[in-house]
Amino acid sequence: MTSHRSVRFRRDWIHGWLLLLPAMVFLFAFTHIPAITTIINSFYSTPRGRREAKFLGLTNYERLLDDAVFWKVLGNNLWFALGTIPMSVALAIVMALWVNDKMAGRGFLRMAFFTPTVLPLIAVANIWLFFYTPGFGLIDQLTSSLFGWSSVNWLGDPATALNAVIVVTVWKEAGFFMIFYLAALQAIPVTLTEAARIEGASRWTIFWRITFPLMMPTTLFVSINAVINSFRLVDHIFILTDGGPDNASSLLLFYIYETAFRFWETGYGATLTVVLLLLLSLMAIGQFFLFDRRVHYK
Amino acid sequence: MSTSAPLHISGKAIELRGISRVWDGKPAVDELSISVPAGSFTVLLGPSGCGKSTTLRMIAGLEEADGGRIEIGGRDVTRLPSAERDLAMVFQSYALFPHLTVAENIIFGLKVRRTPQAERQDRLEKVAELLGLSALLHRKPAQLSGGQQQRVALGRAIIAERPVCLMDEPLSNLDAKLRHEMRLEIRALQRQLGFTMIYVTHDQVEAITMADQVVLLNGGKVEQAAPPRELYTRPATPFVARFIGGPPMNVFAGAALPAVEAACPGCLLGLRPEALVPDADGPLTTTVTGVEYLGADLLIDCSLNGAPLVVRVHGQREIEVGQELRLAFAIDDLHVFAGETGPRRDDLKETLGPLMRS
Ligand SMILES: Nc1ncnc2c1ncn2[C@@H]1O[C@H](COP(=O)(O)OP(=O)(O)OP(=O)(O)O)[C@@H](O)[C@H]1O
Ligand SMILES: [Mg+2]
Repeated sequence: MTSHRSVRFRRDWIHGWLLLLPAMVFLFAFTHIPAITTIINSFYSTPRGRREAKFLGLTNYERLLDDAVFWKVLGNNLWFALGTIPMSVALAIVMALWVNDKMAGRGFLRMAFFTPTVLPLIAVANIWLFFYTPGFGLIDQLTSSLFGWSSVNWLGDPATALNAVIVVTVWKEAGFFMIFYLAALQAIPVTLTEAARIEGASRWTIFWRITFPLMMPTTLFVSINAVINSFRLVDHIFILTDGGPDNASSLLLFYIYETAFRFWETGYGATLTVVLLLLLSLMAIGQFFLFDRRVHYK
Repeated sequence: MSTSAPLHISGKAIELRGISRVWDGKPAVDELSISVPAGSFTVLLGPSGCGKSTTLRMIAGLEEADGGRIEIGGRDVTRLPSAERDLAMVFQSYALFPHLTVAENIIFGLKVRRTPQAERQDRLEKVAELLGLSALLHRKPAQLSGGQQQRVALGRAIIAERPVCLMDEPLSNLDAKLRHEMRLEIRALQRQLGFTMIYVTHDQVEAITMADQVVLLNGGKVEQAAPPRELYTRPATPFVARFIGGPPMNVFAGAALPAVEAACPGCLLGLRPEALVPDADGPLTTTVTGVEYLGADLLIDCSLNGAPLVVRVHGQREIEVGQELRLAFAIDDLHVFAGETGPRRDDLKETLGPLMRS
């Protein structure tokens, strides 16, 4: 009896591993091994021509602490995260509430809000490049005819370049997050809102006391995605500013790309990557702990 | 301090004056007029889809009336939002806020209306004690049984001491035993607190046992509004006669009896299954088509010149399908209707009764 069961158990166990094997091979080959290689590389110098990579210990990390560009880029990235995350999440909620109401043309509105998400980021960046063109771009035309402002080089001025990129990102991401909030809203029974209305709650109170708390799992999911995206999305920077002027709109990942593939400093690039990964995992963990007590899961 | 007095609410009268609601060109509620006296327990009863929920939701202000007037306590509230109608509502699904505790759910309305903390606490304790929820105040709704959730919903409805309480099939998610208990409890609570209750159900037992007044709806119109006893003893239309009672009244065309048809063409006759008595000298000769044992009672299906009748008899009796059965009845138990849509013709009872022979 016991031996019978243990044979059964071992067979199940083998089947289980066999089923997992293909996925694991790919996961290891393309995710875990490169990640570990990156960590190892971060302690080595960059191999050049005949010169082999040399073990440097923490030298790369010391260099990083003294690297003014790194700090600037990190600061940019924090500002970028602060500028994009709350804004795109708030916009997503507002749009979702709006298109969830019963009204004429809501199908059209939903589509309109979602369109930026469907468009490739490169195409989006090209559209905005035109909006931002100094002198005859859409924005300059509007501000000059409405307020009589002189033309501004939105993307070429260090003071405005990063913020211009932030606007594009918010525009792109809000529609995507809206879809998640729309799904969350539709999962909330209408009777809850009706009960609250009868109890005398205003729309505002209903939102803060009922709708928003019940959407917390979505907010957690969306904000973790937003944080990751704020460190991960760089394609539009290539088109819009190329990180300039003077690294004013460069972000961490863009800097890593430049270091590793423009200047071919792969060792230092690996070090920067490790720091980025550390930052991301810390933030994801932090968010889970911060939110966990306030999220109501069904 | 007013809060230390025992809970008491003075109900307000509700007056519906010809209210209508149309969905896609079809009226769900059709010029409905109902009077609900202050402090009474009124049940809206009717088959599925007859417009009970729609009527209740219009009173609550969750649905806009397409026509007519709604008055609560003499005040026209037809165009007022729910919040200003000063009423409470219990939903079929309870509609408890899943992320709030029992206590927070119950005092939600008080908090929204900025009732002082001390008074909130005071009332919460009283309501929790009244409903036996004191030990559960810190639980979330998901941690409660169906009956307990039902009580929380009740608590949320009564804590603000609103003069009117609306309930839409509040017991339909409970099992039979709990439903019976909650029925008594809700009725007692309403008597004790004194608010005006409008209660929607499609269960006639609930309606008969709880109501001061039953409003029987059919196709968005009132068939009859009367105390439960009157609904049973003096149904106004054949529809009411067939809806109330288990098994319902036998209503058949007078055409089954030629003498009746001649005296009153198109009339309908009604006799309750319990009013028909097997009697060897009875005036009605029928053929038995089926027999159903119900323990203490026996239901006999029989045919009177083609019109089906159900007879309810006490005790055991040897009855065979196909045999002849003669039935007697008291003239007082006879109901006469002028046609399918009524009205009642009590004046014809004495004339038609003796003519009923076959
Ligand atoms: N939102 C709506 N849109 C369209 N038609 C509706 C809507 N709500 C109700 N109706 C229709 O109105 C009629 C009355 O509905 P209502 O919900 O009031 O019935 P009810 O008496 O409460 O029935 P039940 O006992 O099944 O709950 C039905 O024919 C229904 O199909
Ligand atoms: Mg209903």
